[in-house]
Amino acid sequence: MKPLTQARLSVAIAAGKAARVASRLRGGGSALPGLICETIDPAVLRHTLTYLPRGIVVVTGTNGKTTTTKMLVAVLREHGLGVFTNPTGSNFTRGVISALLAEVDVKGNFEADIAVLELDEAHALNFAALVPPTHALLLNVARDQLDRFAEIDYTARLLASLAEQTTSAVVLNADDAYVSRIATALDDAVTVRWFGVDPSMVDRLPEIQEADVRFDDPADAPTLEVDDGLLLAHDEHSMTVRYPGGNDVGPVQLRQRGLAAMINATAASTMARVVLNEDFSADVARRALAGVHPPFGRGEVIDIAGHPLELVLVKNPAGFTVALGTYGKTPAATMIAINDNYADGRDVSWLYDVSFASLRGQGVSMTSGVRGWDMALRLQYDDVPVGHTELNLDTALDAFLAEHDAEPTRVFCTYTAMMALRRRMSTQYTLARFGEDPL
Amino acid sequence: MNESSAPTSVSKGEVHLVHLYPREMSIYGDLGNTRCLAARLRWHGYSPIVHDHAPGDRWPERANLILGGGGQDSGQVRVQEDLDVQADRLRDLATAGTPMLMVCGMYQLFGESFVTVEGTRLPGLGILDVHTQGNDTRMIGPVVLETDFGSVIGYENHSGSTVLGTDQRCFGRVLHGSGNNGKDAFEGARVHNVVATYLHGPVLPANPVFADGLLEIACRAATGDFIPEQIDDSVAEQAHSAQVSRLVSTPTSQGGTTTPRRRGPLRALRASG
Repeated sequence: MKPLTQARLSVAIAAGKAARVASRLRGGGSALPGLICETIDPAVLRHTLTYLPRGIVVVTGTNGKTTTTKMLVAVLREHGLGVFTNPTGSNFTRGVISALLAEVDVKGNFEADIAVLELDEAHALNFAALVPPTHALLLNVARDQLDRFAEIDYTARLLASLAEQTTSAVVLNADDAYVSRIATALDDAVTVRWFGVDPSMVDRLPEIQEADVRFDDPADAPTLEVDDGLLLAHDEHSMTVRYPGGNDVGPVQLRQRGLAAMINATAASTMARVVLNEDFSADVARRALAGVHPPFGRGEVIDIAGHPLELVLVKNPAGFTVALGTYGKTPAATMIAINDNYADGRDVSWLYDVSFASLRGQGVSMTSGVRGWDMALRLQYDDVPVGHTELNLDTALDAFLAEHDAEPTRVFCTYTAMMALRRRMSTQYTLARFGEDPL
Repeated sequence: MNESSAPTSVSKGEVHLVHLYPREMSIYGDLGNTRCLAARLRWHGYSPIVHDHAPGDRWPERANLILGGGGQDSGQVRVQEDLDVQADRLRDLATAGTPMLMVCGMYQLFGESFVTVEGTRLPGLGILDVHTQGNDTRMIGPVVLETDFGSVIGYENHSGSTVLGTDQRCFGRVLHGSGNNGKDAFEGARVHNVVATYLHGPVLPANPVFADGLLEIACRAATGDFIPEQIDDSVAEQAHSAQVSRLVSTPTSQGGTTTPRRRGPLRALRASG
């Protein structure tokens, strides 16, 4: 590095670190230090990440980024790798820089073998423009926050473009036509590996997948090879990732339940195999996957005076449908909180693409959030009884917990509603800190 | 469907709803409009029959109300050929007074023409005298309108800007949001009993007066009469007024924001017929 470049980088990192300390003291947001650092040296990411010996893995797609990233990091760490990753929820470029500031010294050096980054679909491209990833794990494309991405086709193009900029290997979802079509456009020098569900389970896919109506012909299912990962589910928690060439991962009992989490584990395991190559151990991977706690708000369980409260983030039709299918099997008193801030998606039309019929028997005890009335109305049109509607989240949560103080409870919520509810709960109950596992 | 939810045990008759291209053209929850109308028909004591019309399907024998939604550009391309096949039929049904709700992409296809960002001119069905120009920037956000059905709330997300022909009526006047083009404060378009709008939300559930306005025409055509039941719309009215009070500082017409205007629906649609 030229002296001037090094000086600029050091100034940027020092300023970012100072902002980080200041914002920690304030208890504030995670992206500001990154913004300051990025403003001073826009190339800070390239300068610090490019020389990682095992490369840079980007995980993106509509659903499952956080869970998959967490699983992949766990598997790589269990293999002894030093992994740099960005914490839950800060999946914009600035969030990555903010996370980096915690680990680099002022010269830009840090101890890591590999970076595993969860990036929002649009920011994945911004990131790739700064630092081309060596590996990309592309999960799925579903309608989500169309007020930001406008069209599913557009999101699919973002992922394709990211794959084209990836230098070494991509791991793609074989069952998602939006993702699997990407393979045809890739350079021969880039390795393509697949993950998917075992043919015996394909009938469970439609509930969680978006129909691709762009073409007359259905996408040709890719031919799977010896190193591609196939999910074989044994029950709601237990699964095996089957590799036709041998070295299966499992059976493994996940702490998170449901098909979506298992597909994420399959994706993570397959990417770990690509990254580690002959260093990959199926047994180590199995052990790592078994230890992964559900990320913050993705089926996180909070102890409310001796009774479990499950906090389930919902943000798009595929995700909500999967959540209802996964959690509906064990009924609990239910609250649904819908906000329409930017981070939630400002358009709540998507609630009408979800069927709530499975809640008809039990009913919903409380709807809340800025769009609490819209949620109640949506349930009314599916003949689901609603107990109360209270737009104020704190008031609603207190009333909901008071009414159900001797039974398990469950809250489905959008992102900013989840943040507010967690804040409220943390005043009275023990919660894991943002991005950390329960003790 | 769930017969037990009907207030009367004897149906007042079948009402046939045709949803055009639900797979290709219902990306923003517009399926909710069909769910809403089917539920309200049941609550009013009628038997809804929903026909999902896909490209290439035979046209159903009865069609009392027709719905279409918004899609992606690829979805619009996918339905173009079938829409050409059905064009004369749809024009005849519109002229005959069949109520229709066309949202976003289908609104554009019901117009005279659509000119893409690249300058390609695509002809529409010509049922509405509107022209749409594709843009690079989208008009996105919550909307409040003043219409003949009282205030109407929804959410817009479109890149096309639409201009009404000289004698073309709008659906509503924009109180909040962009509307057809962000300039002239018009939103949507109406002719006969065809209502076209950019509003998602979906638009009908939280605007029950508008929904029943469409149903009244459909029920009369299907059964010769419209005998509504009392539906408790208090939740819809709460959802409605919550948005109006968030978005519009001073409601223009007292009561028009939350209270259904009883004289509204029938006159509103017939006057245009």
